[in-house]
Amino acid sequence: MTLDRRDFLKLGAAGIVVGAFPGCATSGSEIVSKKGQRVVIVGGGFGGATAAKHIRMWSENKIEVVLIERNPMFISCPMSNTVLGGSRTISDLTQNYDTLKRKYGIEMVRGEVTAIDPQKQTVTLANGFVSYDRLIIAPGVDFMFDKIEGLNAKVADESIPHAWKAGAQTTMLRRQLESMADGGVFAISIPKAPYRCPPGPYERACQVAFYLKNNKPKSKVLILDANPEIVSKKGLFMAAWSELYPGMVEYRPNAEVKQVNVAGKTLKTEFDDVKADVINIIPPMKAGVVASLAGVVNVDNRWCAVDFLSYESKAQKNIHVIGDSVSAALPKSGHLATSQAKVCAAAIIELMLGREPDANPAIANTCYSMVSNNEAVHVAHVYRYNAEKQAMLPAEGGGVSAKRSEVEGMLANYWLKNILSDVLL
Amino acid sequence: MKMFQHQALTIVSAIGLLLFAVTSHAEVDAHSRNLAASCAACHGTNGHSVGGTPVLAGLDKALFVTQMKDFKSGARPSTVMYNHAKGYSDEEFEKLADFFAAQKR
Repeated sequence: MTLDRRDFLKLGAAGIVVGAFPGCATSGSEIVSKKGQRVVIVGGGFGGATAAKHIRMWSENKIEVVLIERNPMFISCPMSNTVLGGSRTISDLTQNYDTLKRKYGIEMVRGEVTAIDPQKQTVTLANGFVSYDRLIIAPGVDFMFDKIEGLNAKVADESIPHAWKAGAQTTMLRRQLESMADGGVFAISIPKAPYRCPPGPYERACQVAFYLKNNKPKSKVLILDANPEIVSKKGLFMAAWSELYPGMVEYRPNAEVKQVNVAGKTLKTEFDDVKADVINIIPPMKAGVVASLAGVVNVDNRWCAVDFLSYESKAQKNIHVIGDSVSAALPKSGHLATSQAKVCAAAIIELMLGREPDANPAIANTCYSMVSNNEAVHVAHVYRYNAEKQAMLPAEGGGVSAKRSEVEGMLANYWLKNILSDVLL
Repeated sequence: MKMFQHQALTIVSAIGLLLFAVTSHAEVDAHSRNLAASCAACHGTNGHSVGGTPVLAGLDKALFVTQMKDFKSGARPSTVMYNHAKGYSDEEFEKLADFFAAQKR
């Protein structure tokens, strides 16, 4: 595991530099001068930040890492539904990138990527470019607003928040609930799977119901699910709704929202018109736009196919994709983004040393949902590589909680604390 | 009996220390490290839990393997560990144990 002197040479300044030669198509100058083998990572969420830290840690700081992120701070999406329930605020979920810079020597570049050139191996931003030997794309998801008539990014920012990326919209949705009169209706629209965080919408219904039960008990939570049934932890969520919030939560399957009337606060599904006081539309999702810039979106015009031994794109050499953008039979979760990031980080180090990646990756996923302020449920699985199918498949075992409990509520908090430290500290 | 247990424990931990001194020099292969990396979400980077969950770093190999087998069989009741332990082979328990035993506390 420890690298020897020869390995250091391969990775350092004296090593082979698989060159990126800036030409006329790349504007401006190199933002961070490149000395040795370099990995550039676009996106500093759970996946990208984990990859950055682990490449530095496992290469004993011999591989340069440049992490490009447009936001100044890291905000955890996992557990952000508890902001709606009232047990956390967004600032509790916000952290900086200082330790990644200071302790691991990761070069942070703040900005928006405008172009990626897979031939010249450069990533362009407004103020110049960054060249790479290998690129990791970790943009999370973007929203397909055009699938719902009347919805767009501006509407989501101003009045009908998705709050599916933790931040300002999460806080706005909480304020809307606070302003709602007792007896009001909160409607949440869930897109067809796959989408980020399969149990997330149902956890959100619990958190909103928790707030309403304690503050506006005559109110209703209406779930309009485009899926034929609850996608994750079905029995546990149904028990939570009927036992903790009796008469408050109504669930409608096969209720895909097609249209929203913003001023009239109505939603149109194939069968119904629904009026609500607070509307939360979680739009259908696709790989983050950076994946399109890199030319790695090759599944249904939405997701990215990868080699699961290295997470290298099936469409572009030397470009890897991790996290929610990947097309896989894996849930799009924060924990799996970090697990994928580590497989990718380890593989990139091996590839840069001229060796083969680990041929038998096995990764785990643990996902907690808070069903009240202090009780949680989980789903957990191990996934391993199947060489014949070239896919990550569930290993034996795995499953959900026997029942919700306060112990699991505590474990969920420990999970958050530990995963954030594993990603950022 | 109690005295005997205490002495036995002292001997075991002395052997443990000796083994640790050796294994900390020995290589833990990259595959074991990669396998163990998934545990970090709940148990911290390299098993250094920062809160709530048990610290796995420096855990005696035999104790780690036995506990995982007990989680897997259900002999030790658990909330989430049963679902994880079922997914790994006994050979993988050994690899995970090697990795965590080699981590400094």
